[in-house]
Amino acid sequence: MSKTNVTRRGVLKTGAVAGAGLALPTYLAAGGHSGFANAPGDSSVTLGFNVPQTGPYADEGADELRAYELAVEHLNGGGDGGMLSTFSSQELSGNGILGRKVEYVTGDTQTKPDAARASARSMIEKDGAIMITGGSSSGVAVAVQALCQEAGIIFMAGLTHSNDTTGKDKKANGFRHFFNSYMSGAALAPILAANYGTSRKAYHLTADYNWGYTTEEAVRTSTEAMGWETVAAVKTPLAQTDFSSYVAPVLNSGADVLVLNHYGGNMVNSLTSAVQFGLRTAQANGQDFQIVVPLYSRLMAKGAGANVKGIFGSTNWHWSLPDAGSQAFTRSFGTKYGFPPSQAAHTCYVQTLLYADAVTRAGSFNPCAVGEALEGFQFDGLGNGPTLYRAEDHQCFKDVLVVKGKENPDNEFDLLEIVEVTPAAQVTYDASIFGGELGSCNPGA
Amino acid sequence: MFGLNTKDTRLLLIVALLVVLAPFLLNPFPEGSALAQFNAGYPDLMQRFVIFGVFAIGFNILFGLTGYLSFGHAAFLGAGSYAGVWMLKLLTINVIPAIIISTIVAGMFALLIGFISLRRSGIYFSILTLAFAQMAFALAASVLTPITGGETGLQTSLNDPRILDAASEGGNIPAPSIFGLQMRDSFELSVGEWLFTFNTGYYLSGIIMVLAFYVAIRIFRSPFGLMLKAIKSNQQRMHYTGVNTRPYMLACFVISGMYAGLAGGLMVAMDPLAGAERMQWTASGEVVLMTILGGTGTLIGPVLGAGLIKYFENIFSKINDNLLHQWFAFLPDGMEEFMVTIIHPFIGKGWHLTLGLLFMGVVIFLPGGLVEGGQRIARLFSRKKPSGKDGATTRTEPAE
Amino acid sequence: MDQFILQILNGLDKGSAYALIALGLTLIFGTLGVVNFAHGALFMLGAFCTVTLSRFLSFEVDTGEVMKTAWGTENPVTEPWIYGTLGEVTGQTVIDWAVPLSILFSIPVMIGIGVLMERGLIKHFYKRPHADQILVTFGLAIVLQEIIKYYFGANQIATPAPAAFVGSFDFGSLIGFDANSIIYPYWRIIYFCFSLVLIAAVFAFLQFTTFGMVVRAGMSDRETVGLLGINIDRRFTIMFGIAAAVAGLAGVMYTPIVSPNYHMGMDFLVISFVVVVVGGMGSLGGAVLAGFILGTLESFASMQFVLERLPGINQIVIYLAAIVILLTRPRGLLGRKGVMED
Repeated sequence: MSKTNVTRRGVLKTGAVAGAGLALPTYLAAGGHSGFANAPGDSSVTLGFNVPQTGPYADEGADELRAYELAVEHLNGGGDGGMLSTFSSQELSGNGILGRKVEYVTGDTQTKPDAARASARSMIEKDGAIMITGGSSSGVAVAVQALCQEAGIIFMAGLTHSNDTTGKDKKANGFRHFFNSYMSGAALAPILAANYGTSRKAYHLTADYNWGYTTEEAVRTSTEAMGWETVAAVKTPLAQTDFSSYVAPVLNSGADVLVLNHYGGNMVNSLTSAVQFGLRTAQANGQDFQIVVPLYSRLMAKGAGANVKGIFGSTNWHWSLPDAGSQAFTRSFGTKYGFPPSQAAHTCYVQTLLYADAVTRAGSFNPCAVGEALEGFQFDGLGNGPTLYRAEDHQCFKDVLVVKGKENPDNEFDLLEIVEVTPAAQVTYDASIFGGELGSCNPGA
Repeated sequence: MFGLNTKDTRLLLIVALLVVLAPFLLNPFPEGSALAQFNAGYPDLMQRFVIFGVFAIGFNILFGLTGYLSFGHAAFLGAGSYAGVWMLKLLTINVIPAIIISTIVAGMFALLIGFISLRRSGIYFSILTLAFAQMAFALAASVLTPITGGETGLQTSLNDPRILDAASEGGNIPAPSIFGLQMRDSFELSVGEWLFTFNTGYYLSGIIMVLAFYVAIRIFRSPFGLMLKAIKSNQQRMHYTGVNTRPYMLACFVISGMYAGLAGGLMVAMDPLAGAERMQWTASGEVVLMTILGGTGTLIGPVLGAGLIKYFENIFSKINDNLLHQWFAFLPDGMEEFMVTIIHPFIGKGWHLTLGLLFMGVVIFLPGGLVEGGQRIARLFSRKKPSGKDGATTRTEPAE
Repeated sequence: MDQFILQILNGLDKGSAYALIALGLTLIFGTLGVVNFAHGALFMLGAFCTVTLSRFLSFEVDTGEVMKTAWGTENPVTEPWIYGTLGEVTGQTVIDWAVPLSILFSIPVMIGIGVLMERGLIKHFYKRPHADQILVTFGLAIVLQEIIKYYFGANQIATPAPAAFVGSFDFGSLIGFDANSIIYPYWRIIYFCFSLVLIAAVFAFLQFTTFGMVVRAGMSDRETVGLLGINIDRRFTIMFGIAAAVAGLAGVMYTPIVSPNYHMGMDFLVISFVVVVVGGMGSLGGAVLAGFILGTLESFASMQFVLERLPGINQIVIYLAAIVILLTRPRGLLGRKGVMED
């Protein structure tokens, strides 16, 4: 009985042909690369793009997919090359990865851990994908990351913001470029203190699941360190659509700031309720009442419409950033699709490039070699300034953007304005504070 | 054979044969060909086919025999899954205890819910089961996070005790296995352009599915099954004849719940993660749809329904425009674009649309589900017999 | 105390949403006996009537100028066509009032959809087992929502209420509390009043018109009514249309409260079935009552005071209440004997 995870394409290329009914098991992997799962053949390599295509995050998933297609185009030498030219590591030359043409398969995570794992397994088992990337929630990221660890495949996380992904659930085969709750809290707190003062009383509404917990924790800790007081923290069901009964008591609670630890539809709905209940215009404790949204995305801002104006939050990246990398990416994305990329698209594009670059520098697709190349890797020119892929937890450390809803947007994509670029040093934390173990890299075979 | 009549034996043998030969049957297209996208013969999907088959068979024991429509069956699947992962975490990575405990835990959970819900019948019963399952889901995803892993799901981890196993080495979590044979181990057979995968986990699930199918046949044909059918046709009359139907119903509900738990246990044995959304009403609804789609009350129907839904979910969602362009590359450019535009809404992110149309198509044109479709085809080939009445008698069980 | 009153208001508001959706469902499900899983989709379609109308009104046409965008493409400058027809000020007002306007727009559309659905599909399923009805209506619901997703995307679409209704009403000062202690948004008050009117209208229609009388007779004994030479089928079709319109109107008015997306119908599907069954099969009054009871309970369960003592109760209160009610009252609150009990 052979161990699985020998690439299917590789097997075919070695041409182990046998007569009907008579067959030989094959142990051979292709092209001099062996000893790891799904080793690619000589001509092409398959990446797996696992994004939500149905369910509430389908639009975000569609944007991720666009970014992946763009990245593949650039890696294969097509288009204008995007960030390849601004990337500080100039290993990628547009001839695919290690001379192999980049091909890809897509799947639907449905934003459910089960479905996401099924989709990822099918990419690994059926299509011979060497790397899985994508996703729009931390639940999915943690689940797929664990699967990739077991299967011996590299996982490059998409949009996932919970501390857990590179905290208590971190894995040796998993890497995250996106920022996390801790960084949001650390970046936001000084801005909030500067704008709203240090004697504020905060009321938290928190989505009742893992990401909500870590975000509440992060924002609480960092705002309390600035002198804020937390009046209450109420958990709201993830499936809630009408938040009136959670928002209504806020005004009389003695609080003067409402923090919405909500993402996606939750945030759109809770913010809409909050605005309806007059919180934007209210006064409390002799100050203007304020609302804060720790994690922003453009799609959320769009869904909430005019309600986001002037509300502070944080984001991983924004297309209006002036650096060369961001400009190059926004230009090639905008030219191809007619509108600017979202932060989800950006992180997915960057992750694909980082993977390709790591493979090239390592000279091998072996997950352990790739992991080694990514660990401690310092780079620049990908839109977030100088960035470090920390070896201890496989988390990227880079500048964090504090944004607020734009008062007078020029167009439907121009919804957020950058208030502050918080330097990486200010949001860096000790790798051990969230627990968890990386384990050792698993090459699969 | 096996205490079954000839027809049932034949059915059982056919199912067993299908399970054994699935790696061939599901991979009809040569590797690398344009149609290889439609191959379903890879371990994950084959495992899903048989596991959801078990789930649907169990659901059908309740719904098909008694007509009681449980809209909360996923709760038992979820409870079984959590129990299974906890066994893999605490006891041993060997899947046998996990599968057994899953079934037992789900059975106990079903006993509790069934005891309460069976006080009502019809739609009131359905809503009671739905309410219990939704509560289980909501709590598992939120306040029970320490036990269930919350929305992220419960997983095995490096520092699990696993008291029966030796300490794990090399910083990697051991994969679920049965006496050293890992569930994800596969044997690959390459014949010409074709590649067939024989997976340990699949065959373990397959054997269990065939056993579960056998037990289901025995239940359908037993005096117990007869009693349940009597309850379905007229519960009132049963009461008048002095029969207390409650114990029968409860037994049936618990058996059905244990099937769901078994399916949950198998799921975590194949892939050690239990997510809360396994208990959501959509998951309960899915098994209802599987059963109706295949043919309510028929023995084989639910298995077919489960296979079809899982096939659509996993195969159609992975087709993208890139592939479409490859398929139609032989056409002139304009035609190619046209074909891609036409098919585009039904694949990839539109796979739900295809599934919805399939549901409607089946129920409109094949009342009685896929089994009915099969019988119609069979009837086409045996024209000699007078059609109509004869066809009806060949149905294993009437739909309702 | 003020918190308590606030949550009663919230409860009434939530309850009116539940009652309205359940009312439409119970017309079809509780009385025609069709298990309609596409009811949530009808609610969603109503909401998208608003989106469509507001998109139509603010449909942008080229003004002839071209502007270079920050992401490198050249886009023509556009403005809503209605500015050209009605002038900018009137045009803006019309767009602002898209939600109330779409009430008028949605009624014929939703009745049309309902009638089409009944004639084309549901009619053939009256005599089929409930299981078949579930499958076909669930399939239909998926198809409808996928069509909406195809054209409108999966993201939520902001549909604000007219500017005149922004802001909230100070109940507190009305009944002797401090100013601003109990304030409630205007639009939610309107939603509540609107649903009361709609519920009353449906009841009056069934109670006081000949048409309603025949339908009620048909519900309890379809065959006899048929024997009397009354075309009950046609009336049932019209009932289906009305039910669709009620669901649609509930959706239209709900858009400023929760920005619609293609999935909102599925989110409401389970709760609307729970409400109908808790109210009791075949009882319109029961459905409305159950809607208000469950809405109020949900509001109270979300109070911090309650959550501190019973964590997670807000997640399950509706289902817990449903179980308790169904166990103490065998046929829900006001259910009729023998409807969907086997």
